Amino acid sequence: MVTELAKTENNYLSAFRAVRETSPTVPWLELVRASAMDRFEQLGFPSVHDEEWKYTNLASLAKQSFVPAVRREQVSVDAARFVYPETASTHLVLVNGFLSEELSNTTGLENVVAIDLLTAVADARYNKITRAYLARNAGYHNNGLAALNTAFLQSGLFLWIPKNVKLETPIQVTFLTDSDEPETAGFPRLLVVAEENSSATLIENFVSTRDEDYFTNAVAEIIVKEGARLEHYRMQLESNNAFHTSITSAELGRNSSYNTTSINLGGRLSRHDISVVMDNEGAECWVDGLYLIGSDQHTDTHSVIDHQQPQCKSHQLYKGILDGNARAVFNGKIFVRQGAQKTDAMQTNKNLLLSPQARVDTKPQLEIYADDVKCAHGAAVGQIDQEELFYLETRGINPELGRSLLTYGFAEEVIEKIKLESIRSQLDEIVMRQLNTQLESSE
Amino acid sequence: MLEIRNLHAAIDGNEILKGIDLTVKKGEIHAIMGPNGSGKSTLAKVLAGHPQYEVTKGEVIYEGRNLLEMSPDARAREGVFMAFQYPIEVPGVSNAQFLRLAYNEKRKHLGEEELDPLEFKDLLKERAKIVEMDASFMTRSVNEGFSGGEKKRNEILQMAVLEPKLAVLDETDSGLDIDALRIVAAGVNQLLTPDNAIIVVTHYQRLLNYIVPDYVHVLADGRIAREGGKELALELESKGYDWIKSAAQDSAKLNAAN
Repeated sequence: MVTELAKTENNYLSAFRAVRETSPTVPWLELVRASAMDRFEQLGFPSVHDEEWKYTNLASLAKQSFVPAVRREQVSVDAARFVYPETASTHLVLVNGFLSEELSNTTGLENVVAIDLLTAVADARYNKITRAYLARNAGYHNNGLAALNTAFLQSGLFLWIPKNVKLETPIQVTFLTDSDEPETAGFPRLLVVAEENSSATLIENFVSTRDEDYFTNAVAEIIVKEGARLEHYRMQLESNNAFHTSITSAELGRNSSYNTTSINLGGRLSRHDISVVMDNEGAECWVDGLYLIGSDQHTDTHSVIDHQQPQCKSHQLYKGILDGNARAVFNGKIFVRQGAQKTDAMQTNKNLLLSPQARVDTKPQLEIYADDVKCAHGAAVGQIDQEELFYLETRGINPELGRSLLTYGFAEEVIEKIKLESIRSQLDEIVMRQLNTQLESSE
Repeated sequence: MLEIRNLHAAIDGNEILKGIDLTVKKGEIHAIMGPNGSGKSTLAKVLAGHPQYEVTKGEVIYEGRNLLEMSPDARAREGVFMAFQYPIEVPGVSNAQFLRLAYNEKRKHLGEEELDPLEFKDLLKERAKIVEMDASFMTRSVNEGFSGGEKKRNEILQMAVLEPKLAVLDETDSGLDIDALRIVAAGVNQLLTPDNAIIVVTHYQRLLNYIVPDYVHVLADGRIAREGGKELALELESKGYDWIKSAAQDSAKLNAAN
């Protein structure tokens, strides 16, 4: 839909002209980028007239003149502080969307391929696979944000886990925004292909060295093939002044397993579209998330779980904690297609409002076209339970501390499922800090 | 230690307690009995400071201070404890974490040093023996997924950790099988000292075989209808509550007539 906001997109168009010269690529991808730019020019940023964007208004993002970031020759950032101890020799750092070999350490990644996506596309060994999967699930024809990201595809990461490779150590991909220029836009891109019977853990984290305005528009495409297992943590820890929009689309093979947890903490405005397509029998996914935001923050999660074949299971638990005038949106769709018998789908969204000014719009949706299925969904929005609080008070815990403890407990249901110790304790710390209390972690 | 004078209390405008007088001294065990709806649990909740109950008349003096002016958490730090009839589940907060927090809040209040997690673990291990609770309960969320009996034992564990001066046990025997009842009662008995006092609120005499009261008070229609020693409980067990109820009705009529 063309909106009145479209005029400001000329910024992106002029920047796009430079992309061809600075980051030339193979002919087919040149075509894809050009066609994506065309689509973005036609579509523009989504507007609130679009049902999927009813509660999230990108007008201020569209109005601001963000400048697409360019590759930097010299990077002088201390990226080490963003690296989890578990991934000391298995981490990749992308600065403003560009892979930095200097800041990455892949010495522990001998059995996998983790290279610049644009390099992979031109490499005879990987051009087939990248061509098959790039821009396949995160289509840009009807999505302005996917189109914009695809048009500016100049680097990114290609992660390929070969058949039967079972990784013990998690892989971390850090998307870092760092720039001397104000108002930069970055377009991180990730393509993950986990081949048959492989197994891996992936951490994506979005961080920044800056507090000023910037715009991150990310796309991750994930292919989990037959019998493969992927555990995926997504940590959105942007600055509270940032705009963050991102798309995660996963495609699951027969009897594969995909377990993902999305943590959304930063950003003045953040939007995450996550979709999981199960078009092979026997796949199973866990699509969990936690958003914890305060005043002047808005977060929106749109999730689509698509059961296309029989015998697939999906489990979804999203929890939200909102303080101040924070605003959150959760929209979760589960499709059970005709013939997808023996589907088992569970979806829950629970929200805790810590202030009377906070607001949540939650909409879980089930669309079922098969008759032998087990599906349940539910949503809840509430405040701190007064009986629980009273119980804590009768044990000598003052009401303020009691509220913090209950809020912490609310978040723990998602946090405690995380299998990586350092992420768990980082989140515990963040929750405590946000709650501004003397609470200490259980460990 | 505790003096309740002419206590009246209401919930949502309905008067439940209609003039309770009760004096509890150090080292004593008092049983509050009575039929359903007589106000037993209301009395316990008013003592703990439940915000839904409004005290409309009377006073409660605890250790020389006006208990009713103290917030629920301040009462707890001063040594008042209530074991809940229906203990609340607190998802996501481990039992150990919760207990240490409560314990340290009290220590801070008393000007004592807080215990770190390791020191507290030792103390908790020691206290858990009192109610024969397994270490696995300490890492689980407070009361979440606990059976009825486990919840009640967990209440007594909290009592063991917090060492209250005045413990009010609200129907701690309800829903307990005989083995759990023995464990809970034995735990409570171990915690009784010459310096503290216990009020046992119960519908049945059964628990009083194990926790033997010095005084028994029988409530009917928001008032104390009968008082006596432990033998009163036995009398109730054989006669039932009906005779107390009719006596209470008679006295109410008498009051109204006057």
